[in-house]
Amino acid sequence: MLAKSLTRWLQQNLGFAAAILLLVVLCLVYNILHPRGFSSAVAIQNSNEAVAIVFVAMAQTLPVLLGGLDLSVGAVMTLTNCIASELLHGSPAQILLGVVVTLLSGTAFGLMNGIIVVYGRIQPIIATLATGAIAIGLALLVRPKPGGDVDEDLSWALTNSVADFAETYGIADGGQAWWLSPFADIPVPVILVIVVAALVWIPFRRSVTGRTVYAIGSAEGSAYMSGLPINRAKIAAFTLGGFLAACGGLYLAIQTSSGNADIQQAGAYTLNSIAAVVLGGTSLLGGSGGAIGSLVGALILRVISFYFRILDIDPLLQPLIEGVVLLTAVSFGAFRTLRVKNKLDLFR
Amino acid sequence: MRRLVSAENKPIAIALGFILVILLIGTGYTLSTTGTAPLLSPNYLLQQLQIGAFLGICAAGIMMVILLGHIDLSIPWTLTAAAMTATAIGGDMAVPTALAVGVAVGLVNGIGVAWLRIPSMIFTLGVDTVLRGLMVAQTGGFAPQDTATPLMVFLAKERLLGIPAAIFVWAAVSLAIVVILTRTGFGRAIYATGSREAAAYLSGIHTRWVILGAFVVSGVCAAIAGILLAGYSAKAYQGMGNVYLLPAIAAVVLGGTHILGGRGRYIGTLIGVILIVLLNSVLSIMQMPEAGRQIIYGAVIIAMLLVYGRNQRVLS
Repeated sequence: MLAKSLTRWLQQNLGFAAAILLLVVLCLVYNILHPRGFSSAVAIQNSNEAVAIVFVAMAQTLPVLLGGLDLSVGAVMTLTNCIASELLHGSPAQILLGVVVTLLSGTAFGLMNGIIVVYGRIQPIIATLATGAIAIGLALLVRPKPGGDVDEDLSWALTNSVADFAETYGIADGGQAWWLSPFADIPVPVILVIVVAALVWIPFRRSVTGRTVYAIGSAEGSAYMSGLPINRAKIAAFTLGGFLAACGGLYLAIQTSSGNADIQQAGAYTLNSIAAVVLGGTSLLGGSGGAIGSLVGALILRVISFYFRILDIDPLLQPLIEGVVLLTAVSFGAFRTLRVKNKLDLFR
Repeated sequence: MRRLVSAENKPIAIALGFILVILLIGTGYTLSTTGTAPLLSPNYLLQQLQIGAFLGICAAGIMMVILLGHIDLSIPWTLTAAAMTATAIGGDMAVPTALAVGVAVGLVNGIGVAWLRIPSMIFTLGVDTVLRGLMVAQTGGFAPQDTATPLMVFLAKERLLGIPAAIFVWAAVSLAIVVILTRTGFGRAIYATGSREAAAYLSGIHTRWVILGAFVVSGVCAAIAGILLAGYSAKAYQGMGNVYLLPAIAAVVLGGTHILGGRGRYIGTLIGVILIVLLNSVLSIMQMPEAGRQIIYGAVIIAMLLVYGRNQRVLS
């Protein structure tokens, strides 16, 4: 019985399972090859660098589930990154306000995307191409030159281990409390990602709105005929995408203590997010997959780039290797063509 | 009552009207500030079209792919790779080699999308990354020292009969695309495949070869743009193609081509390119900072698409 349901889960989530397997293997080999072995410091540094792309990839997942694409996620992340770099200093209340304003601005931008797509009835890919340009323009207005002022305590606390977090803010006896010790070495960014995934994504997926997003991606006409709230689901998907992109921008500002309205960087984040979504087993046709898969996909992309640090590879070859790995990974999707029984199923 | 403009031509008519509006606003601005009207002088317009030729040729190629309902994100580095190979080879073989690079990239893209059935969005993105890697490994990450051959410089910079040669190249490419789309079986097969691939397949069209062909055309167009751009700047440099991808897609869509494929006319793409080029030049005459440019650019695309009339409420 259990074996049967496990087999069924595997059949339905083949891409996701493969992604997890790939990530586990990559991480194991990485930690074996690492000259200093597995240590908290390495885990903290690597997880810090992975957070932004993880959030952006999760943001990209929602429009992809609808069968669309959001070309503005990188730009929204850049915009919120710039806003956060302006606001995150001063008294604790001011910082908290800054965090809220940053997240709200990203969410509002996502809401605007959703409204344009739903009521403007423009294809998501082209609508977000245009709103992405607007987001970059706003980011340049907020921060014409790279730089910023982010509270140092906040930056330190959120980019280190749980013990350092507790020590910075003097909670749990300055990080020495006995009940904290099992978690003391876990990097804070890992906890942040897990909290957002557990408190935002999973409830959303289980709600009617979330299920409707999947239904629209599978067959929009049928979803409409079944009386599902199509418009609400689409707007919610883009709004949540904006929120998750804002989480990425916020964390990037905290991590780097600065904001940078860089068009190239925004484009790179958008394209990498698409790659991460696909690697995580979400279908670009919509209707299957999930943000957790994208999280894993983004981690795979990052771990591959971490390998360059510990292996003695010519830096000039790095982009080539990254590209070949990406191309090979997505080419495994071609096995689908071998399993198709009716050739017409290919043309979807 | 008969409609004045058919549904297919409506975007084209609106885009034309918008070009006039841009010209009027730009001229009004220059008249009020300097008292001259450079935007309306033929020489200035020709110069803008010369710069627009790079974008126009990229857009022509990507339109073939968009008509199929696919997309080609490998344009930037196909362009750069072609330009770098051409300058590295030099001599008489420079241009043919660059074109061969374009054909090769198109073949890889086509095989990945048509035979392996990997979504074009991600496959061409992967090809783009691989090309970037190859070029970085080849050049060491710097702009190569090789200069463009005289032929490339001639094609990009010189004038024939007072008209920049680049415009002739653009016109030749445009003519070829129009003939392909409207006068050949391949062109009709592109529209059929883009509308519904299963139906096209059942009616005997070799849809895989059609997809392959469209990607090859796109690759070749990117390579031609690369040859011209390298000639224009006298050499190839890293990331020279990055600024052309999104404007090219925007131009195709503003010209009325449906992003999901099957519908669109080449004349629309041409007008879309001119619109974007003029919009850019008016914004630079106004000395608009980059921030304002991006916002206006995005707002214009959204506004025009809203005017064009919208999709169905529910996609079946």
